Amino acid sequence: MRKNPILRETSHLLIPAILLFALYVQFHGDYGPGGGFQAGVIFASGVILYALLHGIKKAEKVISLTLAKTLAAIGLLLYAGIGVLGIFLGGNFLDYNVLAHDPTHGQHWGIFFIELGVGITVATVMISIFYAFAKFKK
Amino acid sequence: MSIFFDLYAYWVSILLMLAGLYIVIDHTNLFKKLIGVNIFQTSVFIFFISMGKVDGGTAPILEEGYRVFSNPLPHVLILTAIVVSIATTAVGLALVVNINQRFKSIDEQEIEKLELEEE
Amino acid sequence: MLAITAIAIIVMRNILSVIMLGGIYSLVSATLFVALDAVDVAFTEAAVGAGISTVLFLSAFAVTGQHYALERKNHNVAIIAVLTTGAALVYSISDMPVFGDPAAPIHNHVAPRYIEQSAEEIGIPNIVTSVLASYRGFDTLGEVTVVFTALVAVLLLLGVNRGSRKDKP
Repeated sequence: MRKNPILRETSHLLIPAILLFALYVQFHGDYGPGGGFQAGVIFASGVILYALLHGIKKAEKVISLTLAKTLAAIGLLLYAGIGVLGIFLGGNFLDYNVLAHDPTHGQHWGIFFIELGVGITVATVMISIFYAFAKFKK
Repeated sequence: MSIFFDLYAYWVSILLMLAGLYIVIDHTNLFKKLIGVNIFQTSVFIFFISMGKVDGGTAPILEEGYRVFSNPLPHVLILTAIVVSIATTAVGLALVVNINQRFKSIDEQEIEKLELEEE
Repeated sequence: MLAITAIAIIVMRNILSVIMLGGIYSLVSATLFVALDAVDVAFTEAAVGAGISTVLFLSAFAVTGQHYALERKNHNVAIIAVLTTGAALVYSISDMPVFGDPAAPIHNHVAPRYIEQSAEEIGIPNIVTSVLASYRGFDTLGEVTVVFTALVAVLLLLGVNRGSRKDKP
């Protein structure tokens, strides 16, 4: 697959579009279909496509397994951290109303960061599971 | 006949569930078993989503001019269930890979034979 | 369409074609979800089922190599189990509300509140997102934790960090 010039050139066109689309889905999830789960999976599929066509070594220069694992933990911590932040600001766990002066604004901020945490975790979990399988040696 | 047409979506999900169950029980290849589990899961997804459908409703995104929406709750549950299902499938695949490492086979019958021989 | 693909998966012996059919199956079910007004779900199913899951199956398949599925000699156990389950399900289906009925119990519990109040309480148009991230935030936190735990399990099982796999149990 690595030798096939048509696939390689097409992937050069497609991968930036896939990654950009993932970001659009991530941040437009409040208004249209989409959100952290979908964006994470789409982002991961962009990186996996790159890894399939150019080899794991080159893909690991972009996102290494260590970085992916760390980011997966950070995404989950971001989610839980927003919840704990709600407690410190005087609300309940995962209560976004207190995050800003206006409850609706607080909800906006809360959902934004929650979805960001979900997106980061899902994307990096998928990428590192793929790496784990691809690097497995008999 | 009305029981058939009124409940069409449920019939489909029952059929798929039985197909998945048959694959899980009858096939001995572990890859195929995992695909069977996936089909089984998808049948449950279809069942939930078809319960959430409302006649004349639209996708649950608030917009001027639309009043009837399908039920958003099953969508949320299934949305997360799909992502969890891929994660559990990955764990299953990792187990299959490890079994292949140990027995050099991913077929249940062969593995049982090999285990008997070892004893 | 879905049923045809599922039956083809039952009949096929070549594992590679079974994996490919699994991808097709997911894509078809994604179109079904669009027809049932669940756009978010369809989106996820198309990306996960047809994309990531097929790639994962293929990469696990590449490690284990080409295998043809063997035939089990006795199908009776499976057929009896499937028919019993099928009979139970068909018996219970007659209690289900009619497909698409707006008066079904599921539409009269918490769903009206989500649909009517979320514009004021949350202030974003996509109800699925507001239920997912706000009303059911605990749920989603649990799901993300499950996904993370699955990663930990896969990494432990495949032992990527140990380098060589000579010291396997």
